[in-house]
Amino acid sequence: MSMQLEESPTTEGEVVSNYTINFGPQHPAAHGVLRMVMELDGEVIERIDPHVGLLHRGTEKLIEHKTYLQALPYFDRLDYCSPLGMEHSYVLAVEKLLNVEVPLRAQYLRVLFAELTRICNHMLNMGSHVMDVGAMTPNLWLFEIREDCLNFFERASGARMHSAWFRPGGVHQDVPLKLLTDIADWLDTRLPELFEDAMSLVVDNRIFKQRNVDIALVSKEDAVAWGFSGPMIRAAGIPWDIRKSQPYDVYDRMDFEIPVGTNSDCYDRFMVRVEEVRQSARIMKQCLAEMPEGPICSDDRKVSPPKRGEMKSSMESLIHHFKLYTEGFHVPAGEVYVATESPKGEFGVYLVSDGSNKPYRCKIRPTAFSHLQAMDFMCKGHMLPDATAILGAIDVVFGECDR
Amino acid sequence: MAVLHSAPKFASNEGVVDALSAALGSMLVSAKEEHGEVVLTIARDQIENALRLLRDEHEYQALMEMAGVDFPSRPERFEVVYMLLSLTKNHRLLVKVNAAENTPVPTVTTLWPNAGWLEREVFDMYGVIFAGNPDLRRILTDYGFEGHPFRKDFPLTGYVELRYSEEDKRVVYEPVKLAQDLRQFDFMSPWEGAEYVLPGDEKAEGDKV
Repeated sequence: MSMQLEESPTTEGEVVSNYTINFGPQHPAAHGVLRMVMELDGEVIERIDPHVGLLHRGTEKLIEHKTYLQALPYFDRLDYCSPLGMEHSYVLAVEKLLNVEVPLRAQYLRVLFAELTRICNHMLNMGSHVMDVGAMTPNLWLFEIREDCLNFFERASGARMHSAWFRPGGVHQDVPLKLLTDIADWLDTRLPELFEDAMSLVVDNRIFKQRNVDIALVSKEDAVAWGFSGPMIRAAGIPWDIRKSQPYDVYDRMDFEIPVGTNSDCYDRFMVRVEEVRQSARIMKQCLAEMPEGPICSDDRKVSPPKRGEMKSSMESLIHHFKLYTEGFHVPAGEVYVATESPKGEFGVYLVSDGSNKPYRCKIRPTAFSHLQAMDFMCKGHMLPDATAILGAIDVVFGECDR
Repeated sequence: MAVLHSAPKFASNEGVVDALSAALGSMLVSAKEEHGEVVLTIARDQIENALRLLRDEHEYQALMEMAGVDFPSRPERFEVVYMLLSLTKNHRLLVKVNAAENTPVPTVTTLWPNAGWLEREVFDMYGVIFAGNPDLRRILTDYGFEGHPFRKDFPLTGYVELRYSEEDKRVVYEPVKLAQDLRQFDFMSPWEGAEYVLPGDEKAEGDKV
């Protein structure tokens, strides 16, 4: 730094102009496939042009060619870190068009597993955020919790990640009682132990704070104008949570707090997620305590299939089963936009039906699209290494962003 | 109709259609409330003014999403749908305009900075042009992609496929070759009005000899 520009051996007195570098598409801190064309002045970012779409698979077009039930597993593959959060918006959108009633136990099960998904998602995001700014251990510890979550998903649905467990009208299968008691034990012992241990390494860590505090400040007005949602808008100090303000399933029966940030920087975004994990555990405990016995799927046989046992003895059940798994159910013509609070923010499904057994149009609102678009505005004037912290705090997953 | 479903419950729609119809006046083409959603259709050249009015006077602060929809049978085949959210009134609104391939829609990047990418996506997928968008590039498809894949007349398999060529040491585009026809099963019940063409049906339609 002591060397004067004019006597620098590399520039020979020439004025150094801005230069452009490529960040990604195969960069571990890009959280998937993101290419960012960065214009740098030394180490300071002047402009960022994110190029998305490297993982575009045309999910929305594929859904137009499938029945409503066949379209469901595509949602697991959007945000593969929180699959059930994605399914939740879709099944609610279909149910809104059908106006079908979901039994109470199914609503409790959905909320329970949606919150387990939130914990699962935040473990991955917080771990990778911490690793992006230089720490290794917390990530490994948090992955232990994530592994537990995936085991619970497997015991409920048979699949660790791509569950396809929420169905229009309820859930696919009931859970065994042992699974619920095991989740309750886990919430009381293992989760707080592992989670608080890992957080004790991070939240007051000097290096972590140096890398995150006062990075990418966003005002309340900007957060609304850029269409932020989820932890991003809450870190800006706006207590906006769809679970609270527009409750779906049994969230209106749950007692939980919405954490908000005060400074609206990357550190606040991280801390909002930390508190959300604790609140999710609180919601899950209430679900387990209050969950009633009863059916787990609508008894409207034009929407949800009959039990296997019924099929063996009743001709009508057999016909219903056959029709539901070949033709599928017909959805009344119309359009709805249903958005739920996925772990990453507002995840919406705009469903247009023409009255047939396939969606006419299914537009998916990814959470990351609006957040990533604001990268240029958030990174301007920050150093190059801050870009990874900002990206980590956004919580992007490209399966969802690119669809 | 009683609400049985458990989808997100936002503030009541009661009186919203009337109030907004009065406020929008001649900009409004039609308004309806169906399935619990308020849908307003706006004249295309007035969309920016209408959305500004909704944002500034009626507290719909955030543009959460934009969607394109293709109806090939209509004279103006595309619909562009804006999903607005009011954080203060806790209410959602769908605002629509109709457009054709050659009729540009005024941009709303002047109102919301995040409209930029949303408009780029509708342009990329449907080919709707947004007049005034300063950066109307493709966004999700590949560099140099041709066509607009979400149009109903664009085949599901696409026209080209990509592979790595060992001779050229790079990826190359080739026309799609399917080893087996794309299977599109039609399970619609024949008793409920599905259109089937069975062998021999053409005899009934053709000229009688």
